[in-house]
Amino acid sequence: MFTICEKRRLNSTVTLMEIEAPVVAKKAKAGQFIILRTDEYGERIPFTIAGTDPEAGTVTIIYQTVGRTTMQLDTMEPGDALQDFSGPLGKPTELEGIRRAVVVGGGVGCAIAMPVAKALYDMGAKVDIIAGFRSRDIIILEEEMRGMCDNYYIMTDDGSAGEKGVTTDKLKALLDAGEQYDMVIAIGPVIMMKFVVETARPYGVPTMVSLNPIMIDGTGMCGCCRVTVGGKMQFACVDGPDFNGYEVDFDELMKRNGSYKAQEAEAKQHICRLTGGVRHG
Amino acid sequence: MADMNPKKTPMPEQDPKVRARNFQEVTTGYTAEMAQTEAARCLQCKKPLCVQGCPVNVHIPDFIAKVAAGEFNEAYNVITSTNTLPAVCGRVCPQETQCEARCVRGKKGDPVGIGRLERFVADWHRENSIPETAAIEKNGRRVAVVGSGPAGLACAGDLARAGCDVTVFEAFHAFGGVLVYGIPEFRLPKAVVRNEVTGLMEMGVEFRQDMIIGRTLTVDELFADGYEAVFIGSGAGLPQFMNIEGESYLNVFSANEYLTRINLMKAYLPEYDTPAPVSRVVTVVGGGNVAMDAARSALRMGAEKVFIVYRRSMEELPARAEEVHHAMEEGVVFRLLCNPTRVLGDENGRCCGLECIEMELGEPDASGRRRPIPREGSEFTIDCDTVIMALGTRPNPLLHTTTEGLDADRHGCLITDETTATTRKGVFAGGDAVTGSATVILAMGSGKKAAASILEYLKNK
Repeated sequence: MFTICEKRRLNSTVTLMEIEAPVVAKKAKAGQFIILRTDEYGERIPFTIAGTDPEAGTVTIIYQTVGRTTMQLDTMEPGDALQDFSGPLGKPTELEGIRRAVVVGGGVGCAIAMPVAKALYDMGAKVDIIAGFRSRDIIILEEEMRGMCDNYYIMTDDGSAGEKGVTTDKLKALLDAGEQYDMVIAIGPVIMMKFVVETARPYGVPTMVSLNPIMIDGTGMCGCCRVTVGGKMQFACVDGPDFNGYEVDFDELMKRNGSYKAQEAEAKQHICRLTGGVRHG
Repeated sequence: MADMNPKKTPMPEQDPKVRARNFQEVTTGYTAEMAQTEAARCLQCKKPLCVQGCPVNVHIPDFIAKVAAGEFNEAYNVITSTNTLPAVCGRVCPQETQCEARCVRGKKGDPVGIGRLERFVADWHRENSIPETAAIEKNGRRVAVVGSGPAGLACAGDLARAGCDVTVFEAFHAFGGVLVYGIPEFRLPKAVVRNEVTGLMEMGVEFRQDMIIGRTLTVDELFADGYEAVFIGSGAGLPQFMNIEGESYLNVFSANEYLTRINLMKAYLPEYDTPAPVSRVVTVVGGGNVAMDAARSALRMGAEKVFIVYRRSMEELPARAEEVHHAMEEGVVFRLLCNPTRVLGDENGRCCGLECIEMELGEPDASGRRRPIPREGSEFTIDCDTVIMALGTRPNPLLHTTTEGLDADRHGCLITDETTATTRKGVFAGGDAVTGSATVILAMGSGKKAAASILEYLKNK
């Protein structure tokens, strides 16, 4: 069992959790993920590792309550334990040779972008971060991310914080201003990653994206997370989760990620109405 | 004098119409009387050919003689002197191509129901015997076993009996490998698997779940941690697709995904959270046991109609005869001699059909089976909302790509010598990780062989 040792709300739907998992904490690198189950009845759900403390033996995950499992997870408090917590899975993000990068994070994707930005910054690269949110009230990790980059830009849809606009507006402005990046790293909603790629493409800047398809085992066994990259089938769990953005079929990924929308909505209603998030007695 | 009835004692089973809609075991097993009746059919050959047909050389006439005499516990001891998992093998071994294929009784009538008797003995033992707690003398040697499938369980069992401190590392949250994620409840109840694992635990084997060797810990770290030898029985878990158009549409699954959702994640039970695939008409591509399992699971998940598409003919169908027979009884429709050409999808990217082409058999190919050749212009469409690809699996590359000196062939299968030793000193391997997808009994046999090799290696170390 894996004990929750800290839980902190980042905004109304996004929460940070630190979990005791010493073996995973020692091994994890930026870009990798874990799979957890809340209890015996739970799904296996992947979460990107948002940070680790190898000495304390803890792993940080940041989740948004969107469906049954994240709502279930959200009912758990420090002292409670998760049934399973396995990892680190996936290939670590390849950062070697990058001296100047712009990291684009969309919403809760900032949580996934953070360890990558930190790793780059720690290895001496010059890092710009563009963080996009709908509005001021859901901004997360601002302080943390400011501390791991050279320039931090906030974009909001309604202009309630930072500049009004979307992340690609800022990215385009920076590229137009002549910023020379070795790599654009985009992490967030699939639609955002798709447009980051389209924004970067005319400038020929290599663009890496971190994909988040539906998974079961996370070890290459089910093929549920298959994505088309460069016309070839790849499994995000073992061949990724990072891929060359120019080669990813984002439209297909968006469709596949919608596979269980109807069941998810039903499950969500079910859990709210009958148990308020606590089940099995 | 043997009972000369040419027919096997029939196996009691659920009615096909009823069982096609539930997950309870299809066959319910012999009673003691039935077992003794069937055992009396054995001729007790002086040179038993059946034993040669068994990959682990179970002393078949000996155990059957004990069954005939009503000495079921003794029968169990005879079987388990060479077979670690009789309750499993009795259910899932392809007896018709192994022991029973060689049975002299099979020349005129049915062979002796060796598999059924093996299962009876194992089930009787599980329900009636008191677990033995014979103290094992420890030898102080530590061995790591990677994977808790049939190869790993067999290897761990023999090593533990020899006195080693064994730790089994499992990547998933449940123990049993393909026995829990692949083979469905209606063919192999999970309680049977749990019983085998519990038996090993009682023997002192340590089981650790959620440990992905190659990621959570590497093989090198296992050695650094004090393990003196490592057995790799990580199976062949990597699903294959056909690389045809439309395979990324929604409701196109690998059989691994489909079966894992249902078996490991228990999506067929309402109290479990993992969503179950909902289908009206399902087409399964492939002709092996996994294809039969997927097709029959689809019926039980509520599909109105289930097709199996296989590119060769009934004769070449690789699945166990019993599974094919059961699938047909339950209403699975076989579309033989045809092969998919593309998956059709609707405007939402959801699967709505499978286009196939008719095949005919040409000259035998490298596998010795006649090569299927497409008949040009014979394309037709099967209307279906779900396609399941059951095309065989390959070993996961994780272990050989993260372990220095551990070599694999171009299919990703680990390279071993006749003692099961890999190219890395102190590392042994067996089961599907070495052979690619094969059978439970072969995996178990190689696990046992590896255990003997590991003991020898430790002695000389």
